[in-house]
This record gives sequence, structure tokens and C-alpha cells, in this order.
Amino acid sequence: MELSRRRFLQISSATVTGLAAVTSLSSITKGAKKIEEKTGKPAKGIQKIPTYCDLCFWKCSAVAYLKDGELWKIEGHTNDPLSNGRLCPRGTGGVGAHYDKDRLKTPLIRKSERGEEKWVSVTWTEALDYIADKMEKIKIEYGPESMALFSHGVGGTFLKHMIKAFGSPNETAPSFAQCRGPRETGFELTFGDIVGSPERTDIENTKCMVLIGSHLGENMHNTQVQEFAKANKKGATFIVVDPRFSTAASKAKYYLPIKPGTDIALLLAWMNVIVNENLYDKDYVEKYGFGFEQFAYEIKDYTPEWAYPRTGIDPKVIRETAYEMAKHKPATIVHPGRRTTWYGDDSQRSRAIALLNALLGSWGRKGGFFMPTKLSIPSYPYPEYPKPERGRVDNPDERFPFAKGELLANGIREATITGNPYPVKGWIIYATNLLQAIPNQEETIKAIQNLDLMVVVDVVPSEIAGWADVVLPESVYLERYDELNISPFKEGFVSIRQPVVDEPSHQKPNWWIAKELGKRLGLKKYFPWNDIEDYLDTRLKSVGLSLERLKKEGVVKAPKQPIYFEDGVQPNFWTPSGKIEFYSLQLKEKGFDPVPKFTEPESPPPGYFRLLMGRAPVHTFAKTQSNPILKDMMEENSVWINNDIAMRYGLKSGDYIKLKNTDGVVSNKVKVKATERIRPDSVYMVHGFGQRSKMLKSTYLKGASDAQLTTKYKLDPLMGGTAMNVNFVTFEREA
Amino acid sequence: MARYGMAIDTKLCVGCMDCVVACKTENNVPEGYNRDWITEEAFGKFPNINLEIRSERCNHCENAPCVSSCPTGASHYHDIGGVVLVEYNECIGCKACIASCPYDARFIHPDGYADKCTFCIHRVEEGKDPACVSVCPTNCMIFGDLDDPNSEISKQLNSRKHHSLKPVAGTNPKIFYLT
Ligand code: SF4
Ligand code: SF4
Ligand code: SF4
Repeated sequence: MELSRRRFLQISSATVTGLAAVTSLSSITKGAKKIEEKTGKPAKGIQKIPTYCDLCFWKCSAVAYLKDGELWKIEGHTNDPLSNGRLCPRGTGGVGAHYDKDRLKTPLIRKSERGEEKWVSVTWTEALDYIADKMEKIKIEYGPESMALFSHGVGGTFLKHMIKAFGSPNETAPSFAQCRGPRETGFELTFGDIVGSPERTDIENTKCMVLIGSHLGENMHNTQVQEFAKANKKGATFIVVDPRFSTAASKAKYYLPIKPGTDIALLLAWMNVIVNENLYDKDYVEKYGFGFEQFAYEIKDYTPEWAYPRTGIDPKVIRETAYEMAKHKPATIVHPGRRTTWYGDDSQRSRAIALLNALLGSWGRKGGFFMPTKLSIPSYPYPEYPKPERGRVDNPDERFPFAKGELLANGIREATITGNPYPVKGWIIYATNLLQAIPNQEETIKAIQNLDLMVVVDVVPSEIAGWADVVLPESVYLERYDELNISPFKEGFVSIRQPVVDEPSHQKPNWWIAKELGKRLGLKKYFPWNDIEDYLDTRLKSVGLSLERLKKEGVVKAPKQPIYFEDGVQPNFWTPSGKIEFYSLQLKEKGFDPVPKFTEPESPPPGYFRLLMGRAPVHTFAKTQSNPILKDMMEENSVWINNDIAMRYGLKSGDYIKLKNTDGVVSNKVKVKATERIRPDSVYMVHGFGQRSKMLKSTYLKGASDAQLTTKYKLDPLMGGTAMNVNFVTFEREA
Repeated sequence: MARYGMAIDTKLCVGCMDCVVACKTENNVPEGYNRDWITEEAFGKFPNINLEIRSERCNHCENAPCVSSCPTGASHYHDIGGVVLVEYNECIGCKACIASCPYDARFIHPDGYADKCTFCIHRVEEGKDPACVSVCPTNCMIFGDLDDPNSEISKQLNSRKHHSLKPVAGTNPKIFYLT
């Protein structure tokens, strides 16, 4: 099985050429200084420059406004299928990234022990020479495969290219094994294809949507939230399953306050009802399904009554919600979620979600899961990469047989600690705060101690930067070009990120950093372009577009294509059977359950509560807390505690407490939010706070870090993802 | 003469604060201050809960205590749409308006004058929606003329249940929450 090989309807580029101009944006000159240079006059009035957002991975297109040459505000691009002219709160606050006082200004080299955050400011030449020299040494002593890259977001493109040209296969992002990975595995095993990003959920046209732990509205994936509101307005039914009464729960007809860790039991019971009462899409299942009989046999005992003591959900409600889903099929979405690393059975839970969708016939159908289309723009004609002598380091002996797509960030960390299957001696970390992203900070720090080189490239001094040997300050997205965005979605499009203002000090864009490193490493032939404008123009010209046009228009769309089976998309399932696998022989072969089974989760020890975490609409991961605008919206997180429990412990909203986990790790102080909106056996925090980088002055020790308390994690036996909702905490009074 | 008001659909609002952020950038609201804010009210006992989320701001009251308490006349009703505004040059920063506003909608700008939501009158005069309205990802806010029976806002208020804040204060607020 090949994971992460998505098959899209690729729209040939020829079809976009000659499309009418979409916007008439006035200027393509960036920033006050440039205008002055060109015209000799200070900039006056309003300029609008299109670019795409970098506050998260959704990549909405936007229009940045300059007023008298100064960066003013940023709005959604009206021709963009992702933003529809409206950015989410983080994107709207994007200008704060440019003005952030905590930004890294110059390259830094460590001058004392790792983690002590003592630095010398150096020039780019000094920093890059230092890194290249260490990389060469690692290559000679251990081989090029001993360099690894962790990156997040589109900005990592050029460093990924550099590390592959260098000869290492070890390039990863925590967005897989710490986030989407289990979901993609579960869906690929079932439908032969992943959900992908942006998700292929047709929320706008759905008549019934089930959200399991997925908290749209707090989780601000722009298009999904917009479509959620549209579906709501049209009267769609929402069924929300969550131990916490989320914002989405407040929009739901049914709220199911499930006992954490028991989702598979609920899913099995739903499928049991739908199969036993013949409510599934028979034509669809007959036509496209494989192993349905065996599947039906496997789930025959999982009645709502069986699920009740496990999940705490009333059998009557399980039945009613199953009927509701069946009533609206195939326009029913059982949402696959996004961060799905919860309890250790995550790929199988995601597979159960996939199977329920399959019963409802929603994959490939309007109001269910659409089939994305994508504009096809050939990649830059680079010479072939050298073939690494040793394979990927993260999954020795295929311990996780279904970890076949992206690499496991935790697997690279483990190899760095153990030296098995071979040593990893250098890390480059781009725009991801590994200390907050991968559970068990102690292990991360242990791995770092084994490194000969650790480089962090970022815009602000994240916690992980504090542990680096060299820190490189990157330009923020409003100051740089990046790779084109040609995400697969409901319609094909290409959008551009381009500089709007100049860097405030010595920051540099990632493409320049990669090219300069490449030069020093003897990889010149892999960087044949002069600069990124040359690179982008070459790619765009290859399909009859141009950089000039994209700079003006921001987004160019392809003509609409069918995206549903009923409109003529050919149903294809890239599974071994070529069908939707209700019963999975490949799982059976590797010793796993061919149909998901329920295992009882651990209960919290007496006096402890399960630690759950999620997102706030105004922040992305642990990346945006120092943005002055977004900081004003939410400066610290709080811990949600059920009112009755809070009362029992004598706590009230606004009190500060510390949380202590079962390994004795104590958090920073955090504000109590006593509320009815959570189960008594769980507590909840927004992720990304309580950062301990002293250089990150504006947000230093504000709130508490769930990542710090996530010392325990469970590995998903199928694909090696790290389940994080398996920690229990108790309360400590602030001394 | 227009009479401007706002209707906000609490069934759609997700409390994402985009309206707060957009106001901040549009109007250069200084760090540490906001002209609009989100209130969440939960009723009931877990798991049977009702949650109302509201985007709140100055209510542009028709009987505005801030206007009547202002000693200099800086706080006034604008000619267009009855929008309550502060003439910054005439404001002496005495805080009488802040004390009288039942909605806590005002603050003293670091430059010394009373500040608050302007209904983005600079945008409205150009025919645009206020910044908060045009950014909202759930499209849950409607701005318009309460006196025009054909305006979207009038239609919504005529056909749906709604309430305003602290009606007993007698201020005649012009922001309505659809429920
Ligand atoms: S969802 Fe928000 S943060 Fe993400 S790209 Fe879109 S506007 Fe930016
Ligand atoms: S932007 Fe819209 S959805 Fe978000 S809080 Fe404001 S009114 Fe509510
Ligand atoms: S109307 Fe304008 S000033 Fe008032 S809250 Fe909305 S954005 Fe701010």
C-alpha cells in the first residue's frame, strides 16, 4: 500500500490559459521603500497586494493593504475558493506577525550549553558557513542520511529540496504522526485514498454532519467553518460527540457527551443499527464494497445496549442518531477530524469512521466527500536527486507496517536517541516547535543531546529554538515569496505568496537560505534558478501562466470539473481489492483486526482527570502567541473544570492552579474556568501556551502547556502515530 | 433618513473573534483595547446546555446616556443613520460617558479621548459594510437601515425571534440578537 499518493483529477494547464483576469489589483510594487526608490516620492494612499496567508496550513488567499506605504490590514481574496473573501481571525490578525516585537532579527550561534539560550549574533555568512561545515562533517563521518529535516508548512519546500539533494531521505513534519496520520491511514485502508488537506468534506451541501471530537468553530479551518455556517443556515442536522460541550455542540441537534476513549464502541453500535435494520446504501455497498458479509458478521453483537455501559450514551439516542444519519444519506458526513492522535487505537477509529461513511454511501457523493481536483503545474525541472544508500530511519524493520507515507517525526527522534537503525547527527527544524508538537519533551531533549548540529529556522524564537546551535531568522510571509499554492479542492486553482513589505531587519526568506546552503554544500546544480522569481516564473510559464499575471491577480482558477460520482467522476478505489474494503485482508495479514474492535480505555486514577486539548480560533499551534494582535485576543489559556469538581476542590473561575500529571510533572500556573461544559472526569486546555523560551518575552510562561504534561503517549500499532490524550492530571494550589 | 442597526444571528456565530480582530486592524485600535468583544453565556446543567454566543459593541442607542452625560457635546448622534460618535477633538477625557454606558462599550484611548465602535461610518459612507460584518466567516451579522422595510435587517427582525441587551435601561439599543 502506498500512503499519501493522492489521485486527483488533474486539470491540464492548457484550460486555464486565457481565462479572464480575476481582479484588478492596483500595484505590484511592494512597500514604501521600494516605491520611494522607483518614483523618488514617498508612498501615498492605499495599495493592495494579493498574497496567500501563512497563519496556518489552509493557505487562504488574501489581499494586503498598505496605507501611505505602511502595512495596514489584510482581507480575504474574493476570487479565492478557500477564503471566499473572508479570512479567519488568525489570518485577519496576520499583520501582527510583521510587527511582532519578539521576532528574531539576526542569525544566532549558541555560546553556552544547549537550552541556556545564550547567543552571539552573527552574520549570515558566518552562520551558513558554520552549518555547511558541520553538515559536511556529518556526511563524511556518518553519511548524508544522518541529517534530518523537520518542517511544517509550505515554507519548508526549499529546505526539503536541499536535504534531498544532500542525499537524505529523512524529511518529515509532525503534522503526520502527531496529527492527521491515523486518519489518513484509516481512510486509505478503507477507500484506497486519504482525506487530505484541505479536507474533502462537502459540508456546504451536507444534510447531516457528525463531529466526533472535531471542534469546528474553535478549530478555524476557514472554508470548513464557512460551510458549517452555510449548512446550519440551510437546516442541516449536526450530531456532536465530545466529552466537552464545544461551540459546535451548541449548534447541534444531538450532543453526545461520550466517555473519552470509547468512540469505537459508539461507531460499532451505529454501524450495527444501520446494518441490522437495513438502513445502509445497498446499491453503493454492493457495487463498490468488498467483504461486506464478513464485516456484517463481525459487528453483529455490537448493539446500542452493548455500547451503553462503555460509552455512557443512551441506546435510544444511539438509535435515533443512526436513523438521522441514514435518513440523509448519502448527504451525510461523519467527519474524519484532523488531529486524530488520541488514544492509541486511532487508525482503527478512523477506519470505523470511514466504514460508517461507506455504509452511508457518502464517499464521492454530494453532501458527503467530494473528489478533489487540482490544477496541474509541473514541478521545476531539477536534476534527479542522489539515491540514499540507507532508507528512512524512522521505522526500522517496518515495526509499523502501515507507516508508508510521510515519515514519523517521533521515529526520527527515537533513532536519534538509540542510533538504531543508524545514527542521526544533525537536525534542521523549520517553523515547527517540536517541544510542543511531539509528546514527551524529555525524550526530545535527550535526542538533541546526541546531535552534532541543530539548526532552527523560524520567525520568532520558539521554545525549540532555545535548544539550537544555530538559529536563523526568517522573513514572515508578508515579506517573502514562497512556493505556489495548488492545493486540491472543489475547483482547481493556483495562488501566489509575494512580498508586501520589507523585512524590518536582517531576516531572510527560506528559499534564499536553502539556496545559500546548497551553494556551500556543492549542490549548485540543484539550484539552477537565480532567485525565486525566476523559479516561480519558470513553473508558471510551463503552463502558459506567468509570475507577472499571478502577482497582479493573486489567484487564477481553472474551470469547474465534476467532483461527485453522480456527476461523472469515475469511482476508483486504490485498495488491494480495488473496492471499498469493509473487511481488510491486508490488516489481517499483518495481524491486525480486519474490522475495528473496541478496547476499554484506561480510567483516570482516583483524584485525577483526563487531560484533553484543542484549539482556540485566534491561535495556531504554539506559533502565534506573541503576535501582538492575536495576543490581545487571547493572552493565556485556562483549564476547563466541571463545576461540581471545581466546587469539590474549592476552585472558582479565575483562580490560578498548577496541574500535575501521574509522572509528577507540574505545569506552569493556569487560570481555572469552572464550567458546565465538560464531563466531570476530564479537563481541557487550549494547546500552545505556557511557553518557556525566555526570548519569547511577550508570552513567556503565559498559561500552561499541555505538551509539557503529555509525558505519556501511546503508539498507534498500525502507523506509529503518537496518541496524546492518555495523560491524567490533578490540581495543585498555586503556592 | 436612514437609521442604522445591526442584527447578529447567535445561531450561526461561533465566537471566533474575527470581528474583534478585523475591527482592530481596520480602525487601528491600540494594543490592549478592543471596540467589540465576545460574550458567551451557558445555561443548564451538563450535558443539557444552551449556549448563546454574542458579538457585542456599542449599541448606538437612540436614547444614549453617553450623549446626554457628555459635558462638551463631543459624544453626539451623527447626521447619517443616527450613529453615536465621539468628536475626538472636543473630548476632554472626563469619563462621564464611560460611567453612564450600561454596556461598558467605551474606553479612553491612549491619546486621551473616549473611543468606541463607530459602526465603521467611514466604510458605510463608501457603501461598504462595517469591517466586522464583512469579515465574519459565518456571515452571521447584518448591518442596515432599520427604517427601510425592504432591508435585509428589517426582514430578519420581522421574521425571527430576537432580543437586545439590557432593554430595561431604556436606551433603545440598535443591536439585535437573532435567536
Ligand atoms: S484558515 Fe485562517 S490562518 Fe489558515 S490560511 Fe486561512 S485565513 Fe490564514
Ligand atoms: S466573526 Fe462572526 S462568527 Fe466570529 S465571533 Fe464575530 S460574529 Fe461570531
Ligand atoms: S462596526 Fe466597525 S467600529 Fe464597530 S465593532 Fe464593527 S468593526 Fe469595530
